[in-house]
Parts: sequence; structure tokens; C-alpha cells
Amino acid sequence: MTKEEKAELRKAFADIPGTYVFTPEHSRKGYALNIFCMSLNKAENRAEFGKDESAYLDKFDLTAEQKEAVLKRQWLKMLELGGNIYYTFKIAIFDRKSMQHVGGKMSGITEDEFKEMMLSGGRSIIGNRSKKEYEV
Amino acid sequence: MAKIIAGIGCSHVPAVGAASDHGKTEDGYWTPLFAALPAARKWIKDLAPDVLILVYNDHASAFSLELIPTFAIGVAQWFENADEGYGRRQIPNVEGHPELAWHITESCILDGFDLTIANKMDVDHGCSVPLTVFFGEPAAWPVKVIPICVNVIQYPPPTARRCYDLGKAIRKAVEEYDGELKVAIAGTGGMSHQLQGERSGVINTEFDVNYLDNLRDNNDVNRDRSHLEYIREAGSEGIELVMWQIMRGAMNEKVVEKFRKYHVASSNTAFGVICFENAPEEKSAAEIKAMKEPVLVEYANALGITAHVNDLKKDTLEKVLSKLGYS
Repeated sequence: MTKEEKAELRKAFADIPGTYVFTPEHSRKGYALNIFCMSLNKAENRAEFGKDESAYLDKFDLTAEQKEAVLKRQWLKMLELGGNIYYTFKIAIFDRKSMQHVGGKMSGITEDEFKEMMLSGGRSIIGNRSKKEYEV
Repeated sequence: MAKIIAGIGCSHVPAVGAASDHGKTEDGYWTPLFAALPAARKWIKDLAPDVLILVYNDHASAFSLELIPTFAIGVAQWFENADEGYGRRQIPNVEGHPELAWHITESCILDGFDLTIANKMDVDHGCSVPLTVFFGEPAAWPVKVIPICVNVIQYPPPTARRCYDLGKAIRKAVEEYDGELKVAIAGTGGMSHQLQGERSGVINTEFDVNYLDNLRDNNDVNRDRSHLEYIREAGSEGIELVMWQIMRGAMNEKVVEKFRKYHVASSNTAFGVICFENAPEEKSAAEIKAMKEPVLVEYANALGITAHVNDLKKDTLEKVLSKLGYS
């Protein structure tokens, strides 16, 4: 692949609406946030996080904005700040929340509305391929 | 010699494992999917593979951003089920096949695929859900498993083309193995789904059905697709479909479809299962006409035609000739 093709590919990712491709920049930005999320795989860490979320988060090198997004469960914000859904979903597992709950929060609908949408075939790809389609 | 006898494509939605673990396979939501599975389970049971090479991706379970192998092969005797945040699934641990796994590792690296070697690797739903789909809830899995873990979370994942070529290298390795083993290979993940962002919940049935059809008949289309097309058309997590290409690369160019189920939606995902066997060697019309009835019936079945010795030989013969384009 040529240098130009690689750059073109990155540009095209940015054109997909409502999608945060986990690029190297994204990964660097969200590293500490995602490593915190990863720590919730261990039962003892989940217990500690449950006792005092803020104090537990201080053990990781999150930015103030990232920490706030975690504490307030701002799912979309976490992605914007470098979170990756497989990592941030660990917080939802901790909260005993479903992927539909999180999906609803990220797309501005309720969990029930999200479930209903999935039962009726999911979010349509039509009109959701390119940001340009949003401008029409 | 060991031989690849079967290829599987299978989604690995975690909720499917949870439905099985919590006895919900017959509630209304899960019935359409689970009710379809007995035929796939019978198919794999009849084939009775000794080893299943299971290609999947880890979801922040065994690997984190601290270490991101593009392709990692599990060479251990045992693999424990990971705690993904819920506690470990109460299902059997996965038994490996270290001898074949090390053989594949050696062969693939010498042939140009620099696999990461994992002696300790917990396996998550990516590996365990396909086992549930095919084997239900046994006390021990009836097959040894070689887990091959692919990075599809951190961009860039390997290309579909690279995955397909790895499948070819794996097949060569398997066929060079000295023991007598029947080997199945599964590519897992997909189909279309997006878990993240404002576009979460996106499903593209047309893309998925084309992917399945092309996987059987015209896989160059799938193999040559770019990351961009997969992500845009099948959703950011639909990129997992590149892993099915490892399975496809390990199969003959011509395959016979033995089972298919496509279901929207399981949780946030379009669930797809497809089962292939290698198509038999092509025979000339004269050779086919000269076949004795039991041989003809067996050949017809291998081609995916439902035939029985009680059928009229003339009818079976006609179907076979037509299938191969001789009449």
C-alpha cells in the first residue's frame, strides 16, 4: 500500500458517521483509561472500585476529563477521550448494564428503544455510511 | 497425515453463551437461534474432528493494550476461561493440542507467518461461545482446541488477504503433520455489528448474506475487501469477519455448504453460522456414469446433493451430472 493510500484510508475512516476507529492516536490518548477498564477483570479490583470509585481511579493516570466521564458514565465521551468500547464496556459489566443500555446512551435513545430497534433488524446501514449523507 | 475436514464460520456474541449458561435457550428471544442448532451439532458430531483450530479475537481479556499480538497461537495443554468482568463462565476449560500447535507454529513461521507463541492464555467468549454453539453444555468439550487469537481491536488489524494466506499456511502445516488427525477449523466473530458510538446497532443484512454466499462460491470478493469496506459496511466490529478468511484459506477452493443460519439480532449483532466441507475431486461425466450406486450416492452427498441408495439411480445420476454442469 502506498503512503497516499494509507493516508486516504485514515481520511475515509473519519467520514464514517458515529464511529471511532481505534487508531494509534486514539489508542495513545485513551491508554490510561483503557488500562483502568482492563483492571476490572479482577474481582478484587472490582470490589475496590465499588468502595470508592474516585480513589480507585486516582491510581491510574487518567486526565480530569476522562475521570469525570467515568464517574458520570458518559459512554460517548469516554470514546471521544480515547476509550475503546471493549474496554469501557467493563464499566457497564460492573454496573450490571447491558450493551443495549450503553448503545442507547451513545445514540441518544432508551435501552427499550434500542432493543426494539435491534429486534426490527437493527440500525439501517442506509444513510449511515458517510457523514456526507447526513448533510443532505 | 493430518487433514482439514471441515470449515466453520460462526459469530461469537457473548449473550449467546450467557443464554446457554442461564437456561434461556427456549425463551422467545433466543428460540429462533437455538432451535436451528441441532443440525449443526449433528454435523460436527458425525464428523468427529480430533482437533478444532479456533480463530477468534480476544476482547480485553488475555491481552490488553499492554501487548497486542496480531496473530497469537495457543500451544498450551489447557486454557482457562477468562474472567471478563462477570466472573468466569462455569463451563469446561479448553484442552489444547500442544504437539500439533507447536508443529503449526514452526511450519508457519518458517513459511513467513511470524506467529506469537502463547504458553499461557485465558480464552474469552470469542473462543467459548462457538464451542457452546457447536457442542452445547457437555461436562468436557469433545474436541481438542488450538486457539488462534487475532488482533481486530487496535487499528490496523491484519488485512483479509493476509488472514486468507495464513489459512493456506495453516493447511499446509496440518497436512505436513505426521500423526493421523481429523482437523476442523473455525473463523469466528461478526457478522455485521457495531457496538460503539452514535452508529451503534448498525446491521447490514445484504452485506452479510453476500459475504456468506461469496464465502462459498466467490471468496475473492471477501478476501480482497479493504478494512474501510468492512468497517463502513459491516460496522466497526464487523471487521471481525476478516477472521473467517483464515478458515476459508485453509479449505479447498471449492467447498460444499452443509449448514447455514443467519439471525438478526442476537444482542447487538447479526448472528451467522456456516459449515463447509471440502468439495470432492471433480470427476468426468464418463467416470460418474461408471460409478456403482453406493459410490455414486456417496459422491452426490459430498457434492451437497441429498441422495440415498433407495432413490432411483437414474435420478441421482441426473442430479450429479447437472450439479457439475454436464447436462
